Amino acid sequence: MRREGSALHGLGVVVLKELSDHLTSARMRVLEWLVVLVALAAVYAAITQIRDVTAQDPFLFLRLFTTARQPLPSFVAFLSFLVPLMAIGLGFDAVNSEHNRRTLSRVLSQPIYRDALLFGKFLAGLATLSVSLIVLWLLLIGLGLIMLGVPPGGEEVARAFIFLLVTIAYAGVWLALAMLFSVLFRSAATAALVTLGLWLFLTVIWPALSPALAEALVPSGDQATTIVAAQMLARLSPSTLFGEIVLAILHPTTRTLGPVYLSQLQGAVMGAPLPLSASIMVAWPQIVGLIAATILLFVGGYIAFQRQEVRA
Amino acid sequence: MSKPVIEANGLSKRYGTATAVDGVTFSVGEGEIFGLLGPNGAGKTTTILMLLGLSDISAGEASVFGHDPAREPLAVKRRVGYMPDSVGFYDNLTAADNLHYTARLMGIPAAERKQKIAEALSRVGLKDVAEKRVGAFSRGMRQRLALAEIVMKDARVAILDEPTNGLDPQASLELLDLIRALKASGVSVLLSSHLLDRVQSVCDRVALFNAGKIVLMGTVAELGRQVLGGGYAVEVEADGGRDVTKRLAALTGVRTVSEPSPGRWRLTCDRDLRGEAAAEVVAAGGRLKQLSLDQPSLENIYTRYFQSAAQPQEVSHAA
Repeated sequence: MRREGSALHGLGVVVLKELSDHLTSARMRVLEWLVVLVALAAVYAAITQIRDVTAQDPFLFLRLFTTARQPLPSFVAFLSFLVPLMAIGLGFDAVNSEHNRRTLSRVLSQPIYRDALLFGKFLAGLATLSVSLIVLWLLLIGLGLIMLGVPPGGEEVARAFIFLLVTIAYAGVWLALAMLFSVLFRSAATAALVTLGLWLFLTVIWPALSPALAEALVPSGDQATTIVAAQMLARLSPSTLFGEIVLAILHPTTRTLGPVYLSQLQGAVMGAPLPLSASIMVAWPQIVGLIAATILLFVGGYIAFQRQEVRA
Repeated sequence: MSKPVIEANGLSKRYGTATAVDGVTFSVGEGEIFGLLGPNGAGKTTTILMLLGLSDISAGEASVFGHDPAREPLAVKRRVGYMPDSVGFYDNLTAADNLHYTARLMGIPAAERKQKIAEALSRVGLKDVAEKRVGAFSRGMRQRLALAEIVMKDARVAILDEPTNGLDPQASLELLDLIRALKASGVSVLLSSHLLDRVQSVCDRVALFNAGKIVLMGTVAELGRQVLGGGYAVEVEADGGRDVTKRLAALTGVRTVSEPSPGRWRLTCDRDLRGEAAAEVVAAGGRLKQLSLDQPSLENIYTRYFQSAAQPQEVSHAA
């Protein structure tokens, strides 16, 4: 049975409306402050540390992203928990708030499909997150320029830019997850709690649990097999994927994300950086994994939303 | 009756094994106000959602202006204005901004939007609060804002779900006036309600729902004849007089006479016998104090119908 008209009719209207809602909301104020404070803290920490230790790092600028100074975590570490929080904060009440405000049936009785509403909400959320992340990224680079006094090289900028894109994809995963739960749970508080719980589980517990699980599931005595299995399991968590991508992209010396066999090290110049294309190749499966997870979660939410009754 | 704008034919909705709407057939003519009446959970809202293409149809057919809502929902939704039960708006936006959003979803060209919104708001009497946030609106104002949306849409059919639900008497009278005004401007109206007496005054025809089925359909007068039987109930109050009961019963056209309390008689008759009854009482030497004819009220019809229904069923209040 073919539907008449485009499924995305009205998408632009929904995106603009949601975007203006996001940008004027109190949540956005909080996000903006978080962005500024995080950028300042990270740059301060990194720069004091870089001045102390590094004299001749060819990728000095990338150290801005990854250098930590106790007790502050590095910028990347900041982002790896700030981004999910921001995404969940924007997405957890996307659909159920329309139910609870009783606006859903009124909006859906206008000549648009449900597709446009859900997709529009997702795009608006992602756009809001992208804006925050781009601002954060530019702030960091600008502050770094001022305080380090060293201009970044072309490859550094390219790597930093890829890192930005990956972070947006990472935000997309959590946004899609939060929206899935906002469809499934009628109460916004339940949706927020479940999403946050799942985030904590995937970020903190799952990586610690996967070696034990691998040992239980893979009975072989071969240690390499168990390690690989544990890594595979750990990679089910988007946080693990993100961490690995960051490692490959921002540390150009990273040659592989799995276990290294001696045979692979033959002829390798230890500590020599890989070219950008090779670093991307190393992280490519992880990048694809993040995007695939976003699409899967969105499709899950989409199917649930299509089957849902609109009545309150 | 003129050409139907909404037609439902054997419309059914099943959730698993439960049947919410069971083979409902009705049609709404052009320029008519049609009422779906019944208790909460009788299937009124589900029927409406199916007509709008917002809920899948399990069996049967629906057609709105000749369009199938399941296959061509956009064509249906372009022509139909819908006011959901306890309608909601975005509280952080003003009344005008709320309408602005829906106007853009409707695809009203930018040049016309402003004027259409202003016209619609003034028609429902919300012109002065157009720039106020909806969060501060009373329930009655929200309902009127929802009507403004339908006006703005230039909808040919307005589907109103429980339009007077939760309104104070004044607000619901105003709303019913607005609904009459809609009809006067040529819009057909399908409305659902469980408040029978309120709705009786505006509906041209009604369908009584119970447990997912239409149990009665027609004009209020037709239903009255069908359910209340005699059609006309005359009440007489008088002082004194001899053999009044007997003499009233002897009138042609009177079916039964009862005397609920001394000095009060109730007649069921085939036609309006007020004049004859009054003459008879006076002729019997009584002093007539009051004479009245009961209009069949939906409330009466409804209660009577369900009282006489063989097995009274508990209606689940799922709403």
